[in-house]
Amino acid sequence: MSGGDTIFREYRISDAERSDRSAGDRLRHRQKVRESIRENIADIIAEESIIGKSKDRVIKVPLRGIKEYRFVYGDNAPGASQGDGDSRPGQVVGKTGKDRPGKGDEQAGDRPGVDYYETDVTLEELIEIMFEDLELPNLERRALREIQSDYSSRRKGYRKVGIRIRLDKRRTAKQRVMRMLASDKRIDAVARALEESKADRELDTGVEGALDEIALEEGVLDEEALAASPGAAFQRVHRRFPFHQNDLRYKHVEIDTKEESNAAVICIMDTSGSMDTMKKYLARSFFFLLYQFISTRYRNVEIVLIAHHTEASEVTEEEFFHKGESGGTFISSGYAKALEIIAARYHPSLWNLYAFHCSDGDNFDSDNPAALKDAEELAGICNLFGYGEIKPLGSRYYESSMLNVFRRIQAPNFHTVLIERKEDIWPSFKAFLAKDRVKEA
Amino acid sequence: MSATPNAGAAPRIAPWNLNDLVEWDRRIRDKAAEFGLDCYPQEFELCDHTGMLGYMAYSGMPSHYPHWSYGKSYEKLKTLYDHGVSGLPYEMVIDSNPAIAYLMRDNSLLLQVLTIAHVYGHNDFFKNNFTFKSTRAELTIEAFKAAAMRVRRYVEDPSIGVEQVERILDAAHALSWQCRRNLAIKKLTPLEQMARAEETAQGQPDPFQKIHARKQIEAPDFHKVPLEPDEDLLLFIRDHNPFLADWEKDLLTIVDEEAKYFISMMETKIMNEGWASYWHKKILESLELEQGLHLEFIVNHNQVVRPIPGQINPYHLGLKIWEDIYRRFTNPTAEEIKRDGSPVKSGTEKIFEVREVERDASFIRRYLTEDLMREMDIFEYEARGEELVVSKVADEEGWQEVKATLIKNVGTNSIPVLKVEDADFGQNRTLYVKHYHDGRDLHIEYAEKSLNYLQQLWGREVVLETVLDGKRSLLCCNDRGFSVRALK
Repeated sequence: MSGGDTIFREYRISDAERSDRSAGDRLRHRQKVRESIRENIADIIAEESIIGKSKDRVIKVPLRGIKEYRFVYGDNAPGASQGDGDSRPGQVVGKTGKDRPGKGDEQAGDRPGVDYYETDVTLEELIEIMFEDLELPNLERRALREIQSDYSSRRKGYRKVGIRIRLDKRRTAKQRVMRMLASDKRIDAVARALEESKADRELDTGVEGALDEIALEEGVLDEEALAASPGAAFQRVHRRFPFHQNDLRYKHVEIDTKEESNAAVICIMDTSGSMDTMKKYLARSFFFLLYQFISTRYRNVEIVLIAHHTEASEVTEEEFFHKGESGGTFISSGYAKALEIIAARYHPSLWNLYAFHCSDGDNFDSDNPAALKDAEELAGICNLFGYGEIKPLGSRYYESSMLNVFRRIQAPNFHTVLIERKEDIWPSFKAFLAKDRVKEA
Repeated sequence: MSATPNAGAAPRIAPWNLNDLVEWDRRIRDKAAEFGLDCYPQEFELCDHTGMLGYMAYSGMPSHYPHWSYGKSYEKLKTLYDHGVSGLPYEMVIDSNPAIAYLMRDNSLLLQVLTIAHVYGHNDFFKNNFTFKSTRAELTIEAFKAAAMRVRRYVEDPSIGVEQVERILDAAHALSWQCRRNLAIKKLTPLEQMARAEETAQGQPDPFQKIHARKQIEAPDFHKVPLEPDEDLLLFIRDHNPFLADWEKDLLTIVDEEAKYFISMMETKIMNEGWASYWHKKILESLELEQGLHLEFIVNHNQVVRPIPGQINPYHLGLKIWEDIYRRFTNPTAEEIKRDGSPVKSGTEKIFEVREVERDASFIRRYLTEDLMREMDIFEYEARGEELVVSKVADEEGWQEVKATLIKNVGTNSIPVLKVEDADFGQNRTLYVKHYHDGRDLHIEYAEKSLNYLQQLWGREVVLETVLDGKRSLLCCNDRGFSVRALK
């Protein structure tokens, strides 16, 4: 055997802790996954019933991973593998696409792998990703009270007091050096004088004595003080010079708030008997997204939740998302309630108003004129009034629709969407709120 | 790099310390030397499971350039490990001089001993097999480290940045296996290719030139680029795309060099694992282990080299063939003597010769016998609709075809061969690439995406000639997108 002895390197915890070498690459991969989630968000929303779930909940999101493509053979390439002893022609040994037998050697990457795996995402993270490109459209500045959206912090100058974590070490050290230099210029002169005449003075009295002598000559210390504590000059030249409270410098951080105009969002949901489980699920999904969007992105937007059947009432979040009702439908009742609340609390000259209504459109015919009138009035005072009609596939042929009725409304800020299945929720939601929405006005 | 998979059995905890390992290593080395193994100096590093996962994600390299795909690979390995789907390898060795191997610190003493012996098998193979001659083992670690530093510098360079680097690396990774497979064959320089073309054009000297009419010599076209079809896609682009910046060319070189380093591993997986298993078995049997350790050895050895129905376990197949070669040259049956003649070499001589001059494809072609195939029940399967169905088994009529299929699936044979035919196709700098079709079609979705990467690196239109469902077709990829045309 050539060469010297084998080298064994012992395991060291410190190395192991230092050796998280893949951290950077994992982070980058994670970012890519995030992008991929954003691209497939519509599918994820449709699949996952996220309504009313706590924000910390972890959701498993299936990911069509970030594939690494290469030139590989397709399905018409036969393979070879080992059997259990009595393989016969015609025997089925697996399925195409997945768990294909073959070499277990991953390195070559010679087969199109099914790069499909799940990743854990918290609901909050998901919501953040979803809403990255959305904001309340047509937000106008209205007078008086302004509300905050987003806030961020910004560094601004330095202070003598502050919390530990903002301590600026460099500046603090600099302060100490400055204080040290300023404190005793004369003692420095003593030390320099000693350097110049070092040899002969030290021979007689030793360093401490020599310093005392010079200090006396220079008039830095008087005889009395020296008599009381011989070597005082030496101690002052070689003194410790600890940090002082006054040296400490802290970074100062200011909170930078972005002011937005007042806004109130009014969610109106039809909870009548004709809204079956599926329809309610779709409506609630839509409002859940809206509610999450507003409460994540705008700090002080006021949200009003109205549930209506033949009568309307303002309800809490809990009731809005979880309680079922029954009865007939007067859509106008919901609008009237909204108008009433607006008149009482949110004057249109001060507030940006957004109203969204979800219903299956199965209104009593007699109510249609009233509903139309109220809708026009709402559209007149709101920045945006959206109507989402929920018609699960198959049901719309034998039920009446409000879409036809509302077609008569000419207001440019009135929008309708049709939600037929859960996959439609995200696109219709985006259609309402997309940043780059084409302004028809 | 080579790694023994953990077969899953929970190892018994036998207390040991580093001095025990040093002592065992000395004994194992003595045995290995006695058996005639010829190794690089060896270094062992003990690591924990996160360390091992890290090494696995980066192909065992102590330093490696960053790329998100390694983060992905780490996450995947970790998920599989955390959920108990797959265990960690007992060891991992890389081909370098000195050879570096990682040992799991949580393993029992016997596993460490077994692993050390196994590692010396790999070490000997790395040093002596011909496919590894082109990987300069003394420089491996340094080369990877230097490449890593350069890539990091490009990432940090404000005028380049991570997005740009990833754009090139993503594309280069997709094409990295499209390179020469047998590095022992020298690649001719353009000048040498020119000389060869000239020679070929002149034809054979005619001994009867006085009575024959003089043949018209057709001058070869020296303007064609490349003169001979070129397999090194990345290098070809590097040398022929004038719009690439130096750092882009450097990235292509780095990826190509790394791919060529791993081609050797890929080409010898079965031989290499079989060889290491053969020797760990031999060494451990000669160490006179006490009974407890011996039983543990047998259990673990059998876990590693067991046949896995529905797969080809390289440890099993390799070990079987090595043992069979040794037996046929030491103790052949009467029938074998009648068929092949009496062996002229001893078994030991023969296996040492084979470990030097073969790679997986030739190893299987020459030494996997009909009897052995039948014993191991190797079959061929193909896709029929949604199902994979056994199409041929190793019987009298079928065994040679099954063997041919097996050979088509080992080493680099499992990667389609693509060659650049013309860099100025249609006189508009379109890159013409040809897939050398051998009955297996390309996976079309993967071909499309990979061709996109090729176009991105080439900067102009690229076309790929291939055969789809028996029809010659041309896959085109340009700024307007991807299209498939049938060729006459």
